[in-house]
Amino acid sequence: MRETFTKGMARNIYYGGSVFFFLVLLGLTVDTVRSLPKTDNSQNLTEEVAAGKRLWEINNCIGCHTLLGEGAYFAPELGNVYTRYGENTEAIKIFIKSRPKDGIPGRRSMPQFNFTEEELEQIAQFLKYADGIKTARNWPPNIQG
Amino acid sequence: MKYQSQSIAKLYFIAAIGLFVGQILFGVILGLQYVMGDFLFPEIPFNVARMVHTNLLIVWLLFGFMGSAYYLVPEEAERELYAPWLAKLMFWIFLVAGALTILGYLLVPYATLAEITMNDLLPTMGREFLEQPTITKIGIVIVALSFLFNIGMTILSGRKTVINLVMLTGMTGLAVFFLFSFYNPDNLVLDKYFWWFVVHLWVEGVWELIMASILAYVLIKITGVDREVIEKWLYIIIAMALITGLIGTGHHFFWIGTPGYWQWLGSVFSALEPIPFFMMTLFAFNVVNKRRRDHPNKAATLWALGTAVMAFLGAGVWGFLHTLAPVNYYTHGTQITAAHGHMAFYGAYVMVVLTMISYSMPIMRGQKAGNDRAQIVEMWSFWLMTVSMVFITLFLTGAGILQVYLQRYSEDPMTFMVTQDKIEVFYWMREVAGLVFLAGLGAYITSFFVKGEEVKIA
Ligand code: HEM
Ligand code: HEM
Ligand SMILES: [Fe+2]
Repeated sequence: MRETFTKGMARNIYYGGSVFFFLVLLGLTVDTVRSLPKTDNSQNLTEEVAAGKRLWEINNCIGCHTLLGEGAYFAPELGNVYTRYGENTEAIKIFIKSRPKDGIPGRRSMPQFNFTEEELEQIAQFLKYADGIKTARNWPPNIQG
Repeated sequence: MKYQSQSIAKLYFIAAIGLFVGQILFGVILGLQYVMGDFLFPEIPFNVARMVHTNLLIVWLLFGFMGSAYYLVPEEAERELYAPWLAKLMFWIFLVAGALTILGYLLVPYATLAEITMNDLLPTMGREFLEQPTITKIGIVIVALSFLFNIGMTILSGRKTVINLVMLTGMTGLAVFFLFSFYNPDNLVLDKYFWWFVVHLWVEGVWELIMASILAYVLIKITGVDREVIEKWLYIIIAMALITGLIGTGHHFFWIGTPGYWQWLGSVFSALEPIPFFMMTLFAFNVVNKRRRDHPNKAATLWALGTAVMAFLGAGVWGFLHTLAPVNYYTHGTQITAAHGHMAFYGAYVMVVLTMISYSMPIMRGQKAGNDRAQIVEMWSFWLMTVSMVFITLFLTGAGILQVYLQRYSEDPMTFMVTQDKIEVFYWMREVAGLVFLAGLGAYITSFFVKGEEVKIA
């Protein structure tokens, strides 16, 4: 690099730039968190939904599925599964309940989690809540996720 | 090796390589499950194998980073490590905690693991990459803090070089941002938003500092180029990394229920994120071209240049490919993401750790460089792993483009599962490339045992 551009200048850009943009990120984060209630469907965030989220987590559903496009890419997107299943939580529960214990020969299949009726309802409600989050441009692009 | 305590790095590097083997074995299992869905089902379902694959990756990279720091910090600071015993103790704690966690994934259902580790007290499990039981996470924090204390005290009471300060800053950032893994609100949007404070601010933020400092150190050693020049590069690279990468986090806030302005901010800033990676490429080639000596360790030079190129391709080019909001609208959460994830992690972080190992391991074993035959085997392993990773990336990109078209773009979109069947041939080819990668890893390990005429320390 040129002699006129000194190490001191590079160092100042590093310190100044990173502190400045860190503060910008902080500011934007405050603004984002403040404006979330408009889109995050928190009015429907019930105890039941929270319990469903915990079940979602402790069964590591994200290890196969995406949820709003994040997760693994082995199994379908679930951020819009409530819509895909005709806005019917019963249909979601029946699907989860009916997974064969030993899988399907030669094909990908979902484990049988042996959930209770109450747990099934909680998971279905969690997925319904997730579907209610208002994503920009209504992502995903279509019903197939 | 100037200081006795540097040799602690050897322990860390051996563990890193061992876990790397485990990571790749599980990668090959995952790849097979993509095409033979019932492989190992229900004993090792896909999600379990995936956790093992990704968590082993993270853990061995952390071993690699810490090992690198234990090697380079004393030499840069011109003193012994502050507390070598602490570094050894933390090594065993981290190794045992890591091994127990992986065994936990494999031996009991994940929900049971959550129960025995009392996830309910502070629920943090079950989010991608952060699947570790809460108690393991606490363990990671303890190890990280002890590590920071150890290198911090060494650096502060020794010579404070730019390389050391950047390494210390990067490692501190790594520990600080990891704390966000303990925040897991019920509100899904908030959860996702702050999840990226760990994942994105690691790989596109503070890890770049660690990477740049390791690269700078190795380049000084093998080229003998003036420190002033190297330090100037180092500063400007990490400046660009943070200037673009902090707001660049926004490329993950397009479609998760966050405000629309992120589409602009995230697109613009993350589109600039390739700059620091490109500068690393310029830097490495520039410095090697201006070298003042020909270091006998040709393999280390190859790794260093390879890192610079592959990090730019994987993070810079493949990152840019899907980082603009209008493109990401279609590619978000597809095989395109997986393609990029693989080449970026390999090109930047796997390769930089292997660069450091390549440079330092022969020295810790009492030679200046590996013998000629060992170096040839090592260079073979470089090409096998790197070229197969390029092919893994290309095949996944092919799969991803078709997936986007069939499932998201065409007039009459197919379901996810039908689409997966249509693109199966790409997954088969990925699996073959994965096996070549595994063979390359085999060659890599072999290279440590190849005998030949020793290259004595000058
Ligand atoms: C050093 C080499 C490797 C690195 C750094 C690496 C890294 C990763 C990362 C970061 C992920 C998470 C992907 C994401 O979320 O986008 C992942 C997932 C995966 N890896 Fe690897 N991997 C490596 C080698 C392999 C190999 C050799 C194979 C198999 C042939 C493989 C197969 C997979 C599969 C199938 C997934 C799951 C993708 C999904 O969720 O659908 N990996 N790997
Ligand atoms: C060495 C540096 C990098 C590494 C290790 C890395 C790794 C990854 C991984 C593993 C993911 C998937 C996360 C998930 O599972 O959801 C990801 C996502 C992403 N990365 Fe990177 N990345 C790096 C740099 C970059 C850069 C420089 C850019 C932009 C130029 C970029 C753009 C993206 C985008 C847009 C996504 C989101 C993909 C989606 O919407 O599904 N990355 N990255
Ligand atoms: Fe990112």
